[in-house]
Amino acid sequence: MRRLSWFNATSLTIGFAFLYMPMIILVVYSFNESKLVTVWAGFSTKWYGELFRNEAFLDAAWVTLRVAVFSSTLATILGTAAAYVLVRGGKFFGKTLFSGMIYAPLVMPDVILGLSLLLLFIAVGLDRGMLTIILAHTTFAMCYVAVVVSSRLVSFDRSLEEAALDLGCTPWDAFRSVTLPIIAPAVVSGWLLGFTLSLDDLVIASFTSGPSSTTLPIKIFSAVRLGVSPEINALSSILIGFVTIGVITFSISTKRAVVRRKREENAVM
Amino acid sequence: MAEPNSKPNTTVFAPWTDPDAVPLIRFRNVTKRFGDFTAIDDLTLDIYEREFFALLGPSGCGKTTMMRMLAGFENPTEGRIEIGGQDMANVPPNLRAVNMMFQSYALFPHLSVYDNIAFGLKRSDMPKEQIPDRVNEMLRLTRLERFAKRKPHQISGGQRQRVALARSLAKAPKLLLLDEPLGALDKKLREETQFELMDIQEKTGTTFVIVTHDQEEAMTVASRVAVMDAGVIKQVDTPPAIYETPNSVYVADFIGDVNLIEGTAAKTGEHAYEITYAEGVDPIKVTECEHEIAEGAKVTFAIRPEKIVVTQDPPEDRANAMQGKIIDIGYLGNLSTYHVELPGGQMVKATMTNASRISRRDYTWEDTVWLGFRSSAGVVLSE
Repeated sequence: MRRLSWFNATSLTIGFAFLYMPMIILVVYSFNESKLVTVWAGFSTKWYGELFRNEAFLDAAWVTLRVAVFSSTLATILGTAAAYVLVRGGKFFGKTLFSGMIYAPLVMPDVILGLSLLLLFIAVGLDRGMLTIILAHTTFAMCYVAVVVSSRLVSFDRSLEEAALDLGCTPWDAFRSVTLPIIAPAVVSGWLLGFTLSLDDLVIASFTSGPSSTTLPIKIFSAVRLGVSPEINALSSILIGFVTIGVITFSISTKRAVVRRKREENAVM
Repeated sequence: MAEPNSKPNTTVFAPWTDPDAVPLIRFRNVTKRFGDFTAIDDLTLDIYEREFFALLGPSGCGKTTMMRMLAGFENPTEGRIEIGGQDMANVPPNLRAVNMMFQSYALFPHLSVYDNIAFGLKRSDMPKEQIPDRVNEMLRLTRLERFAKRKPHQISGGQRQRVALARSLAKAPKLLLLDEPLGALDKKLREETQFELMDIQEKTGTTFVIVTHDQEEAMTVASRVAVMDAGVIKQVDTPPAIYETPNSVYVADFIGDVNLIEGTAAKTGEHAYEITYAEGVDPIKVTECEHEIAEGAKVTFAIRPEKIVVTQDPPEDRANAMQGKIIDIGYLGNLSTYHVELPGGQMVKATMTNASRISRRDYTWEDTVWLGFRSSAGVVLSE
């Protein structure tokens, strides 16, 4: 291993300090004894205890989790179907327009997306609640899924599907038993992307949520307006912990799969 | 060039000469267009059962389109295709008794070799308990028993090719389509596999249709070869017939090496002509010309380099003799190709076997030599 030069070591330190300093401060202060956020009064885990007794936060967390699971699942199904048609559907009228339009919600400001969804729900007379948040999150998450899955489909050897048809599969059977297993990694990352986007969305959720259904980001945001409490620090630290564990597990398992495949391929040569 | 059709002591397999034979595949005035581009132009063709039929042509000549129409991935714009007497229009690929071996092999990467081969059987009406026997039989046929549990990325290119073949043969199709099956293999492996393919074709009795741009491959494996160009079949015949008696300049030039000499024809007798190709030299005498040629017609005389002998003195046992100067010699070890310039500037290639050591050869660069060939050695082409 090469030693970093003085200049590179400094750049690295400054860069990562910039990225992680705020989060470190947040985690450190979540273990603060004092109720005052900015005054250190010794180590304590009492705010974590308080947090788990706070019904409102737990409810919001449960709502957020359900919204994320349902909307990302729905978005994965719709997004995969859309990607499949756009990549495999051959030439049809307006294909280029549709392909371009699938990206539009990615660049559309969240505020506009939230507002338009709110207007839609009011127009069709849908009461705002968990269902409307799920629908709203599905709407924007499916674009991300479509983009991820279609990039995988483009590099997918078409003759694999033809081989499946040739060997007696109906088109649906060919999709289920050949296409889907091969594009599965892209579908899974599309789902994870949708899940995380839904977890941390504040803007769209605040347009489409009702009094009965508050998601965690909305809860945190409104609580902070009354002053930052150590409980929020504790909650945020837990979220950071979850995300970190998730990301590390995912990257380790991907890396292992790549290494295993390399080793098997080398064994053939 | 190998000629597998000349096997002694067996009845000659030639259903195309039998007027009562019913073809397995019939193309009837088939045209296929992609937008403005005509890939197949009004094509009519019969292929018989148990044939090993090769579609040969440069890329873009329409041979792959024909194969994809047989598999059911494309439908003809006009005309009809029959397999076993049944019109194939609107029959989807999964309901055709046709299997295809893809150029890229198209092995399913997430399934083992065993499951790849079993894939089609699981979707057929074969009883579940018979499937393992059939898969094992295919593994034996293609000598893959040891690799049954491996995934496609864990085996070599030649083994993948055999898995693809086993998978496409597993359902015992009436017709097997092979799309450039040996393109990804190196030369030595390709030659071995060609004979393996012929062997398997004979053992299983399946009709094979192979698409290739490699003329040696087509000549080696096929019972008949169709030479294609720009959506049209130029000639369909056995490999020796295609090679010895091409019907057009295109076919003569596409298959193997050939000398093409342009001239004017004059009839001298029954099936005999003289071709005048330059001023002040003897015309080329041609006999055994099967087709009629108009007096004074512009024709091309085609002759293979190995049918011409190079000698220092005028050859006495050859009807045609012409003098020229050696411009170049290509030495290939067993053969040498001489590039000889005739007085009119026409270049002629002649291939000689190096029967004695090169140091004992009487002629070399810049020497004047005689070229000789029999009156039946070449063919006269009018198109």
